Amino acid sequence: MSKLVVATTSLAGCFGCHMSLLDIDERILDLIELVEFNKSPINDIKTFTKQCDIGLIEGGCCNSENIHVLKDFRKNCKILVSLGECAIMGGLPALRNGIPIEECLAEAYLDGPTVKGNIHKILPNDKELPMLLDKVYPCHEVVKIDYYLPGCPPRADLIWDVLVALVTGDEMKLPYEVVKFD
Amino acid sequence: MSRKITIEPVTRVEGHGKVTIHIDHEGKVTQTRLHIVEFRGFERFVQGRPYWEAPVLVQRLCGICPVSHHLAAAKALDVIVGAGTGDGLTPTGEKMRRLMHYGQFFQSHVLHFFHLVSPDLLFGVDGDPAIRNIIGVAMKHKDLAVQGVMMRKFGQEVIKVTAGKKIHGTGAIPGGINKNLSIEERDFLLKGDDPLNAEKMVEWAQGALDFFKGYHKANKDFIDNFSRFPSSSMSLVREDGALDIYHGLLRAVDADGKKILNDIDCQDYLKYVGEEVKNWSYMKFPYLLALGETNGWYRVGPLARLNTCDFIPSPLAQKEFEIFKAYTNGKPNDMCMHYHWARLIETLHAAEMIRELLNDSDLQGDDLVTKGTKQKEGVGLLEAPRGTLFHHYRINDDDQIEMANLIVSTTNNNIPMNNAVNYVATREMTGNHEITEGMMNAVEVAIRAYDPCLSCATHAMGKMPLEIKLYDENDNLISKKFK
Ligand code: SF4
Repeated sequence: MSKLVVATTSLAGCFGCHMSLLDIDERILDLIELVEFNKSPINDIKTFTKQCDIGLIEGGCCNSENIHVLKDFRKNCKILVSLGECAIMGGLPALRNGIPIEECLAEAYLDGPTVKGNIHKILPNDKELPMLLDKVYPCHEVVKIDYYLPGCPPRADLIWDVLVALVTGDEMKLPYEVVKFD
Repeated sequence: MSRKITIEPVTRVEGHGKVTIHIDHEGKVTQTRLHIVEFRGFERFVQGRPYWEAPVLVQRLCGICPVSHHLAAAKALDVIVGAGTGDGLTPTGEKMRRLMHYGQFFQSHVLHFFHLVSPDLLFGVDGDPAIRNIIGVAMKHKDLAVQGVMMRKFGQEVIKVTAGKKIHGTGAIPGGINKNLSIEERDFLLKGDDPLNAEKMVEWAQGALDFFKGYHKANKDFIDNFSRFPSSSMSLVREDGALDIYHGLLRAVDADGKKILNDIDCQDYLKYVGEEVKNWSYMKFPYLLALGETNGWYRVGPLARLNTCDFIPSPLAQKEFEIFKAYTNGKPNDMCMHYHWARLIETLHAAEMIRELLNDSDLQGDDLVTKGTKQKEGVGLLEAPRGTLFHHYRINDDDQIEMANLIVSTTNNNIPMNNAVNYVATREMTGNHEITEGMMNAVEVAIRAYDPCLSCATHAMGKMPLEIKLYDENDNLISKKFK
């Protein structure tokens, strides 16, 4: 049987969901027997080298680049999973959604107590920087998402169960207690 | 014709960044920049939240070192609830937090060395990218991979018993901690089945350090001279000059070892540290006010800490510290790749401290929280795995956060990382019009030595594939390459 191919990415997340994936600990050695990793921050594969079976998405979309990466994942993965609260509903970064982005920038670069020296009122605006979106979007508002895994981050056991379920094709149980933010 | 080369994004640095290199018509590097492309806005959107939420909110800046943010916020709030500026907690409160922090240091340093750096050492900087990663390590050097996995697991278990959860726990609260360490939890870590116990961790940490020292011996030129340049160093130190990652005074030394920030009280940080804003990066550029924007920059993190502190308060790590210091005749060490060496000495120190703390019966105490007279403002500093971390909050009469200011570890290394990129690019690119895979990875290796957590720095996190773009003098794209 050929191995399922898995790709992962972190958009506007904190990487905690990826850390939780690593928290499957020794089972990571079993995992690499079961699946093959393609594009992912845990290896050096930077662009898709083949069509993937599973894409795990951490984080929502806060800038134009996140949108681009997410669409690329949709194109290259058969199944997309929103991993964690940021991907599912924007998570903590979405706390900015009620606030104009200008105010967030002003606080960080003009008004904070250690940027008093910014007398020329410089703001990051170089063309190398991606466009910030007006708000943080959950992934399913940008592309179709097939599965949602709750938690901030989802527990390692849950991530393991999902991968095993997807590999074996068995249906997975999501007990009531895990359907929560934290 | 002059060209611009864009490398984006860099992988295996946790976070998002992008490198641009400008080259003139003779192939001379004229400008290099490490752009940080993520922005979150935490400082603004925590305004209006009740202050006690800060430790659980702000740690979501970073899932790799959440404990550092959790504790730095808690330390700032200690001041606000009148529990003193770092020394006012009960012994149980302070030691539980310290144990949590050493657990985090251990797991974060281990993750960096085994998962991110060892592939470069084992397979070479220009090794096959398909295997130059932790999965490749697991397939070719299973013992080493198992050690890395189990050491990280141990650190995460320490965090779990102190913070309640491996990632984004809730252990620290303003003025103290919400649980102590049960005897069962203690024994689980102290006497756990092989290899999951503190004794084995000390042994394996020493082993990882010896592995690195062996590599250093065989690859002296690379480790000593790759991306090397002098700088000032900053970190907290204990009152007696010892390395202390949880609490201390702020010290900085220049490239010759002269103190340029003489053990100041962290509550006064605003008098000494400022941040410059540049339009091409969301990450700010901190500097010492007394020396100004151009000369006031400094390094933080493992290498800087070993440059500022006078000794390490645990025997095995102190022995290694002496060897490390002797290598530069006691002068500050400016060799970028020695970050890895320093990081492994600290890993050993963390393992020793975990072992020592687990044997301390104060952890079973039940006096968990200190109360005092409410203040309006508080500053919390600590040494995160990647360097000095500043949290500063002010609250209003309704106990809402009114102002939050964060200078995260990686931000403190902004200029050093930019200089490292410049150093490597100038060396590798000058007169060289062909962009090789090895060259691109060399830039990444230089950045990776600082273990940048671009998640923290930009209050974001992401992966970084590599894209190279060539531009001519007028910024017209003439060629593009991915890897
Ligand atoms: S869901 Fe939580 S752990 Fe995952 S990326 Fe978001 S903040 Fe981090």
